[in-house]
Amino acid sequence: MAALLEVAGLRAGYGAGQVLHGLSFALEEGGIAAILGANGAGKTTTLRALCNMIPAAGEIRLAGERIDRLATEDIVRRGVGHVPDGRGTFVHLTVEENLRLGAYTRTDKAAVATGMETVYGYFPRLAERRKQQAGTLSGGEQQMLAISRALMLQPRLLLLDEPSFGLAPLVVEEIFAIMRKINREQRVAVLLVEQNASLALALADHAYLLETGRVVISGTADEISRDESIRRSYLGY
Amino acid sequence: MEAFWHQVFSGLAAGGIYASLALALVMIYQATHLVNFAQGEMAMFSTYIAWALIQAGLPYWVAFFLTLGISFAGGIVIERTVIRPLAGASVLAVVIVFIGLLVIFYAMAGWIFSYVLKPFPSPFPAEPPFGNKYIGAHELGVIAVTLVVLVLLFAFFRYTKLGLAMRAAAQNPVSSRLVGIRVGWMLALGWGLAAAVGAVAGMMVAPLVFLDPNMMSGILLYAFAGALLGGIDNPAGAVLGGFLVGVLENLIGAFVIGNELKLSVALALIVGVLVVRPHGLFGTRIVTRV
Repeated sequence: MAALLEVAGLRAGYGAGQVLHGLSFALEEGGIAAILGANGAGKTTTLRALCNMIPAAGEIRLAGERIDRLATEDIVRRGVGHVPDGRGTFVHLTVEENLRLGAYTRTDKAAVATGMETVYGYFPRLAERRKQQAGTLSGGEQQMLAISRALMLQPRLLLLDEPSFGLAPLVVEEIFAIMRKINREQRVAVLLVEQNASLALALADHAYLLETGRVVISGTADEISRDESIRRSYLGY
Repeated sequence: MEAFWHQVFSGLAAGGIYASLALALVMIYQATHLVNFAQGEMAMFSTYIAWALIQAGLPYWVAFFLTLGISFAGGIVIERTVIRPLAGASVLAVVIVFIGLLVIFYAMAGWIFSYVLKPFPSPFPAEPPFGNKYIGAHELGVIAVTLVVLVLLFAFFRYTKLGLAMRAAAQNPVSSRLVGIRVGWMLALGWGLAAAVGAVAGMMVAPLVFLDPNMMSGILLYAFAGALLGGIDNPAGAVLGGFLVGVLENLIGAFVIGNELKLSVALALIVGVLVVRPHGLFGTRIVTRV
């Protein structure tokens, strides 16, 4: 299969502090890759750098095309849906307005309406709350909304930043189960950043282990989850 | 009693003007969290453009809409050239630029059009409508025009995709970029709309007070009081606040302290609101977690 996302020598940081020191990884069309690592390893920074939300250097290719010089809006317009850290909910707008914003770059109204029904199908709880202010949703519902908002773009690539953060285990399980379904049905590749390594490895087919801004181990999710020493020293379970 | 109702209605007309300008202030505030002190002077300059167009022989309403268009474009140009380079600058820097804009527009108006008072026409008849003795045609017209502007703006922000995107960009620029909204342009559009709404206020107030470079300075103060009273982050509240301030100012001026001291009503309101209820009647209370 062809690589959808190829990253080579990615460097990025905040102000004077560099966080990523030449990161390289790839993601296949329709695949799911997990980026694992401890707090401060550079996981969120990686996703931000991919969308040019912070100054970064290095080569990023989407379907063979360089995107590292593009503005965030233009990267999004090429089909990169980003579910950011903190969920990025438009808290003063309704659930439905949040979803309409997700489809902001699309012009085909009928397709957008179908898309909205599709995400309501994945997350029926959002459909029940479609007229409600998004800020009043529970954490789990806001995470579902964030994923749905990104799906409304009809992305080729979905960047998921710690979808399990701050959520009850049952809700996390529900969301991960639906992510698998979304990956298959929408044929969207997923780059998942997670602290919860066992969950992420169960969903992903490839994994990259980050330590202080470098990939220290990479392989298929199976290999990594079977390797006792990696598990003990890096993943802590 | 007749005098009382007369003051209420002329208060509503003045309130409509304050409400429009208050709305312009709120639109900029929502995006930048700062009050554009130059909003009044921008409106005054727009009114001079309308005056020049009318002098050149254009019919009133043609000049009116042309002025709206010019002001809208002017607002966008100001945002692109003066405000945008300040992204990330300190609050003080932006405030100083706002004051600089105020001085520039004031001086430009005086330089180009002179400081001599000029009469500005009203599009409405001179005779009070329906033979009533409480409200003049221009005052009624001002209220009607204000309400039309407000309804159009409300519909734009509530029901159009662009309006939704502008609200999103003001609330959460980071997330807006992540759904593909060009946030910079949304802010520029906001400046354009605010300038156009301010121009409406200027053209409505000019027949009442005569056109001169000082025309809007007091009015901006009332508008600011209205915006604060309603809640500086709530457009509907600001509009209601504008109307309330108009009525209060007229009643207190006519019956309590005399017209010469009317402007102090605005100051007292500003101080009072800030002390007692800083988020206004309908604004969001701001709580910061330390």
